[in-house]
Amino acid sequence: MTLTATRQGRRSQGSPVPRPRGRRWRHALTVAVFLLPSAIPLTLFTLVPMAGSLWTSLHEWDLITPMRWVGLDNYLTLLADPETHAAFLHTLYFIAGYLPLVYAGGLGLAMALNRAMRGRDVLRAVYFLPVVTSWVVVALMWKWLLNPAAGIVNWTLGLLGVEGPGWWTDPSWAMPSIILASAWKDLGFVMIILLAGLQAIPKEYHEAARVDGASAWQRFRSITLPLLSPSTFFVIVISLINGFQVFDQVHVMTGGGPAGSTQVVVEQIYNLTFRYGRAGAASALSWLLFAVVLLVTLVQIRAQRRWVNYG
Amino acid sequence: MPKELPAKRFAAAVLATALLATACAQGSATKAPSAESGKVTVRYFTFSAAPDHVKDLDTIVAAFEKENPDVDVVVETAPYDQYFTKLQTSLAGGTAPDTFELNYENFVTYASAGSLLDLGSVAGDEPAAGLAAESLNAFKHDGKQFALPASFSTVVLLYNKDLFDKAGIPAPTADWTWAEEQAAAEKLTDKKAGVYGDFQPVQFFEFYKTLKQAGGEFLTADGTKTAFNSPAGIKATTWLVSKVGKTMPTEAEIGGTADYDTNLFKSGKLAMWHNGIWQFAGLKDVPFNWDIVVEPGDTSKASAVFHNAVAASATTKVGKQAYAWAKFLSSSPVAATTRIQSSWELPPVSDQAVLAGYLKDPKPANRQAVFDSLNAIALPPVIKRQQEMQDAVTQELTSAAAGRKTVEQALADAAAKVDALLG
Repeated sequence: MTLTATRQGRRSQGSPVPRPRGRRWRHALTVAVFLLPSAIPLTLFTLVPMAGSLWTSLHEWDLITPMRWVGLDNYLTLLADPETHAAFLHTLYFIAGYLPLVYAGGLGLAMALNRAMRGRDVLRAVYFLPVVTSWVVVALMWKWLLNPAAGIVNWTLGLLGVEGPGWWTDPSWAMPSIILASAWKDLGFVMIILLAGLQAIPKEYHEAARVDGASAWQRFRSITLPLLSPSTFFVIVISLINGFQVFDQVHVMTGGGPAGSTQVVVEQIYNLTFRYGRAGAASALSWLLFAVVLLVTLVQIRAQRRWVNYG
Repeated sequence: MPKELPAKRFAAAVLATALLATACAQGSATKAPSAESGKVTVRYFTFSAAPDHVKDLDTIVAAFEKENPDVDVVVETAPYDQYFTKLQTSLAGGTAPDTFELNYENFVTYASAGSLLDLGSVAGDEPAAGLAAESLNAFKHDGKQFALPASFSTVVLLYNKDLFDKAGIPAPTADWTWAEEQAAAEKLTDKKAGVYGDFQPVQFFEFYKTLKQAGGEFLTADGTKTAFNSPAGIKATTWLVSKVGKTMPTEAEIGGTADYDTNLFKSGKLAMWHNGIWQFAGLKDVPFNWDIVVEPGDTSKASAVFHNAVAASATTKVGKQAYAWAKFLSSSPVAATTRIQSSWELPPVSDQAVLAGYLKDPKPANRQAVFDSLNAIALPPVIKRQQEMQDAVTQELTSAAAGRKTVEQALADAAAKVDALLG
């Protein structure tokens, strides 16, 4: 396709067509060439697979025998399946724990590291380290830290005379364990975004408020938070999308267990495909998840008009 | 940046992109390992060889290649819990091994999916001889032989004799029931010393067996509905669940450690262990006395029997050689004696004289129990959506063990889930 396009481009250069048209062609071509490096992978690895999964979702497919057309059956079965409801509930549970924790923690860090202090740059780098670490490494590390039998967390609690919980082996504690590990890893990301937002707030506002006798809390409430709202909005959108797609840490730390208590949507998609040979249902569930994420994001974009302040 | 790209540079960019694409395409092409000159390569994928019997498999491969100098068998192994994911993905991706191991539970799934080669079509006039008829029949589907039985194994009660002697408790015997096992387990558990009386995982494979020991059935006679949500089912589940935290370590104490039970037994801190005869080889050198008995039952005896077979991929290009290898692994005297000498499960041969060799090994002393356990067996229920059923049952049992649900509730939920899978 590219080669034909080139040839056409050359021909148009020498042909007696009006110049503006030729220039437009060449401009479009130039743009296309610059876009290609990202358009090719985007098409090959995102758009084509998405179309493929949409097609697959309308079939029954065990990965081995040829696909069989079932129409919307996969969607209908999934919507009626209590396992699907449980998976979405577990995912919402994760988000409900993760989002406030990672936002509050990130905001606290950002505020602390926004002040002039020694070793500030080192600390910023240190807090960002987990963000660039592989999820598998982080999940394995937390699995060991929180190991109920030999982990350092329960060992430390034991020294203090507290009997630590079973963490990821206890159905009631497994999700909190995963939330904890996830918040820890993503703190640095939220911190960096909010830090940039904090630095964009003019110092004069704070100075003026201080002169007027506003307390630290009042300044935080009335200046910092409102002016930080664009960054907050960005963090919430990204974290929500990540939250809905939670998988790596779950797969490594609990594999959806114990007793299915951490069976989140993407883990369910994985199981459907690779354990149960139901690639069609897995694709349908992927699209249901996509729809939910899209809906939530659209609602957020709508709602942001009411609370995000672009000053 | 120049506003208009010179034609030469433009062409260079296009060429570079094209080259990159070609390079990627070549890099991602998966090729089968090339055979040595003039040899045909037969790939074999197995879960039962690693880690204890890789050498024994090598012995069988060497003997086969000696008889068939034009064939090169390439062995690939994977642990059981990853094996079927890998197998399924390789079948889907068109990179399936020529031959691979299948267990009885998963055979139906693969045979009915059409991913297995009808071995009758490549056997010619060389059928596998000397195999036990019931083993052969287990791997027939629609009247066709889709796999050849390669080995079978049973689950027994392994016990640490020294622990029993030290506590002054008589060692288990063949007529023990759950009640005796429980009484002994309670006396032998010494949590301060880290010693546990019993170990029996709370999961599907223990459940269908204990269910049968309690006189219950997993499915109705016609196989269309579950039958385990019954008094026998409740009894079996209660039996399994009641051990956790009392005579057996909890999940938290196990802490997800791999081979926890094996290591606990090997370190002399586990008195009774429900496990398979495939553990024998690994227990050769433990510094204490151990032996086995047929698993205690409740109202009746029932021992789990597992069958493994070797099948060929429907898409293999070397069907004849694949069959020759499958046949050799299944029924050759070399394979049978290698298995027997190394206690690598049991060969599915009909010749009792060959099997008698299994009893010659001095450890464990009561090897006869392995054959005795065959007198009353519990075969795993097999349905088309096997893995989902196993996961559903295990999940509900775990819920009961963790105290999240009552035994009755967990069983009712498990039955509802499995019924949905059958429907």
